[in-house]
Amino acid sequence: MRRFELIEHTADIGLVAYGNNLAEAFANAAYGLFSIIAEIDNVREVESREVEVSAEDVDGLLFDWINHLIYAFDVEHLLFRRFDIFDFAETDLKATCRGEKYDPSWHQLKTGVKSATYHMLEVDAEKSRVQLIFDV
Amino acid sequence: MPRWSGRLEKVDDFRWRIPKSYKSGMRVDGLIFASQKVLDSVLEEQASEQVANVAFLPGIVGHSLAMPDIHWGYGFPIGGVAAMRVSDGVVSPGGVGFDINCGVRLLRTNLQEVEVRPVIKELMDALYRDVPSGLGLEGKIRLRHGEIDEVLVRGSRWAVEKGYGRREDLETTEDRGEMSGVDPDHVGRKAKERGVPQLGTLGSGNHFLEVAVVDQIHDKTIAGDMGINRLGQVMLLVHCGSRGLGHQVAGDYIAVMVNSMRKYNIELPDRQLACAPLGSQEGQAYLAAMRGAANYAWANRQCIAHWVRETFCKVMGKSEEDAGLELIYDVAHNIAKIEEHEVDGERAKLCVHRKGATRAFPAGHPEVPRKYARIGQPVFVPGDMGRFSYVLVGTEQAMKESFGSTCHGAGRVKSRAASKRMLRGEEVLKDLESRDITIRAGSLKSLAEEAPHAYKDVSEVVSVAHNAGISQVVARTRPIGVIKG
Repeated sequence: MRRFELIEHTADIGLVAYGNNLAEAFANAAYGLFSIIAEIDNVREVESREVEVSAEDVDGLLFDWINHLIYAFDVEHLLFRRFDIFDFAETDLKATCRGEKYDPSWHQLKTGVKSATYHMLEVDAEKSRVQLIFDV
Repeated sequence: MPRWSGRLEKVDDFRWRIPKSYKSGMRVDGLIFASQKVLDSVLEEQASEQVANVAFLPGIVGHSLAMPDIHWGYGFPIGGVAAMRVSDGVVSPGGVGFDINCGVRLLRTNLQEVEVRPVIKELMDALYRDVPSGLGLEGKIRLRHGEIDEVLVRGSRWAVEKGYGRREDLETTEDRGEMSGVDPDHVGRKAKERGVPQLGTLGSGNHFLEVAVVDQIHDKTIAGDMGINRLGQVMLLVHCGSRGLGHQVAGDYIAVMVNSMRKYNIELPDRQLACAPLGSQEGQAYLAAMRGAANYAWANRQCIAHWVRETFCKVMGKSEEDAGLELIYDVAHNIAKIEEHEVDGERAKLCVHRKGATRAFPAGHPEVPRKYARIGQPVFVPGDMGRFSYVLVGTEQAMKESFGSTCHGAGRVKSRAASKRMLRGEEVLKDLESRDITIRAGSLKSLAEEAPHAYKDVSEVVSVAHNAGISQVVARTRPIGVIKG
């Protein structure tokens, strides 16, 4: 199954992510994010971080989840490629994110992502599909 | 993407109205400044719908405005201007954008193109080395613990007191680079963590540093007052913003306001427009944080300009005085400000949102530096890497019609992906170098995304702003060297 597809937007870029359940769609959205930021194929799983996010509703959860990962990249320069989401509820999630620190001699960065946006943000629990636009 | 098929009425050759009857819920008409040519590309996407959506915001007065560089954003269109009454209106973080106080500063020099050309490669290498740019990079400024709060409160003044630039620079910076009304406690921990290592960095995307030369002078007297004296004169242009700190502040408060809208019974067609009453705790907290991010951006540009000056002088073998390196002005183009304007014949206190729009105050306005009292506030409109940038001044007409605002750039017409499909980075590089423009870029990919063909023709955009009277063209520059993050 496809994990995600990119959406074109004049000034920015977005994605639709899929999964067998909503948690998987959230994980694939995160994978999509890092494949926008960097060439994800040569990111190895050498470091991990536990992430906890909570919000007032499921849309907010997607927004905060993605923004937390953007923050982690900005501050710790961590490129993640694997996301094991457990304890997924509508307003909370816990995840183990695996990847490695950005190393300019090894990794190729592609696009700086400033933030997730609420514009066209959709969470479809029935179809296990999420959509969002980034500000890049 | 579907062409926009909403209702549009021609007012004159440069103005198009979206009547409030177009959509139930619009409180005012929309007004787009555009020529027929500009409009054709605007209608290719949904930016006009976004102009209509902004008209839903409580307390909006006048029109929901779009400058001629309008293009599709998220929530607000890029190039959007909206003013809300302080008494009963709202503030919307999406109406400022993620890159709070993204802006442009222009420095003049005494040097001519013929003097810089022979060493342009050396100059660009040195600037690329001395001004941190690109993704995943940290700057060279080390802040003491807690010093970030001083940057947030004092902006450019913090930088000048640390030795980055001169006191006179403050006179020629919008708001003197130091907005009042900041509360650093409203800027979250994550925002500060992102901001501390990134102070004094250009960033990536459409941010750049440009060595340009004066190519046309439209008004000699006004240009002369700015120190723009001759064709071929070398100028230095810096375009960047508040980096991760601003992005985090914007995201944090959009999330806050999406949740508080229920409390205030506000319903909007797009949640990215999320807002809160100006008098509410959420609204006040956002403004106090946004101003801090704006000051961070001014400090950022102040530090970068300082290194640009140092490096330029070193490579050219001149003292700063001989090089005549003076800051002409520094303008913000993503910001919300409390200003007084005339509404229905009366003075009113408004919160003016400018998202991809530049303040353009006229001669004699108290906010315009004394130096420019007789000519009006300088405005800079950078084009794409391969074409021109413009110097303009604000006008009385802008005060009457656009809350003292004009355009901010060329405006994208092609998505980044579409742009990359058309030309590869190597080809863009070759094309620019064949036009004698020296490029230093972090990645070829970002070069392809920012290629000239991805943008509208800035000359067309500026001519609309000039002909509509919301600013006046003073001079034009063309690039000879560009650094892209």
